[in-house]
Amino acid sequence: MIGSLVFPPIGHLVQWKGILFKGTPFEVNKTVLIMWASVAIVFGVFRTASRRASLVPTGVQNLAEATVDFVQNGIILQTIGEEGLHFTPFLLALFSFILVGNIFEIIPLVQFPANARMAFPMFGALMVWAIYNYLGVKEHGFIGYLKHATVPPGVPKAMLPLVVLIEVVSKFLLQPFSLAVRLFANELAGHLLLVTFAVLSTTLLTAHTAFLKPITVLPAVMLIALTGFELLVAVLQAFIFTILTGVYIAAATSHEH
Amino acid sequence: MSLLAASNVTINAQEILKGLGAVGAGIGYGAAAVGPGIGIGIVVGNAITAMARQPEAAGMVRTTMFLGIAFTEALALIGFVVFILLKFT
Repeated sequence: MIGSLVFPPIGHLVQWKGILFKGTPFEVNKTVLIMWASVAIVFGVFRTASRRASLVPTGVQNLAEATVDFVQNGIILQTIGEEGLHFTPFLLALFSFILVGNIFEIIPLVQFPANARMAFPMFGALMVWAIYNYLGVKEHGFIGYLKHATVPPGVPKAMLPLVVLIEVVSKFLLQPFSLAVRLFANELAGHLLLVTFAVLSTTLLTAHTAFLKPITVLPAVMLIALTGFELLVAVLQAFIFTILTGVYIAAATSHEH
Repeated sequence: MSLLAASNVTINAQEILKGLGAVGAGIGYGAAAVGPGIGIGIVVGNAITAMARQPEAAGMVRTTMFLGIAFTEALALIGFVVFILLKFT
């Protein structure tokens, strides 16, 4: 009956044709353009907000100040504490870049989140990994940091080899891996979900059997609801990536009491 | 028996492998979603209990809840990635 229901292969959903520098590692495609746009938007918002900064914030300045306030109060003070406030620029850049990149998922005509490709999640996670390890080494010294990171206090001697093994794997391999995969998979899953319902809607709407057309309402309503849900996911994933960065930095630099 | 003999359908080994891969991917993702589903339920349920008992601590509880969800959810997401890899590559 619905013979024409064709779900596009996944390569068509996440791979884009190069526009510039085709065939080189520096090929520019839609994902890269979205990333450039994110950088431009984030830079533009904070630049205009700080240029004409007035005591009573209006417009763009409101937005920028609310974001800074959220990163400071909602993320840094909750994880690193007062002494982590000098990380505000880094975490703010991370948060707003991921957020804008994700929100392109629900912008009409673009509808692709930059983070549904592994490029930024992987690079971001590696960057965070390098930074928290560097900060830990700076705080405790190399040997001290290894001991701090892998030997939890109060573990019985007999259990120590097992605990150290688990801690090494989780601290140096699983943490950055899961940080990258969490952002990437959430965005990819959201993108596939929206594509599924969009394909379903168009197939039912163009079906040759007349009585199928009213059923289009169901996937269409679902599509609208999921678009709202994806907005929530976009904000939540940016928040979670940033707050986990804060947690990892706090864990690497903290001192046992 | 006669049914099998009468059928002139040739079964391609490649097709069977592809089908088995799809079945495995589906079962794998379903299994990967069970644990995190239960886990997120426990996390959010207890967070709601905490917020109801102490509404003034709601902000802190909410932050910690999202952290707990993020850690729990990671397993389901790894399952999802494995599903995509099995199904589409």
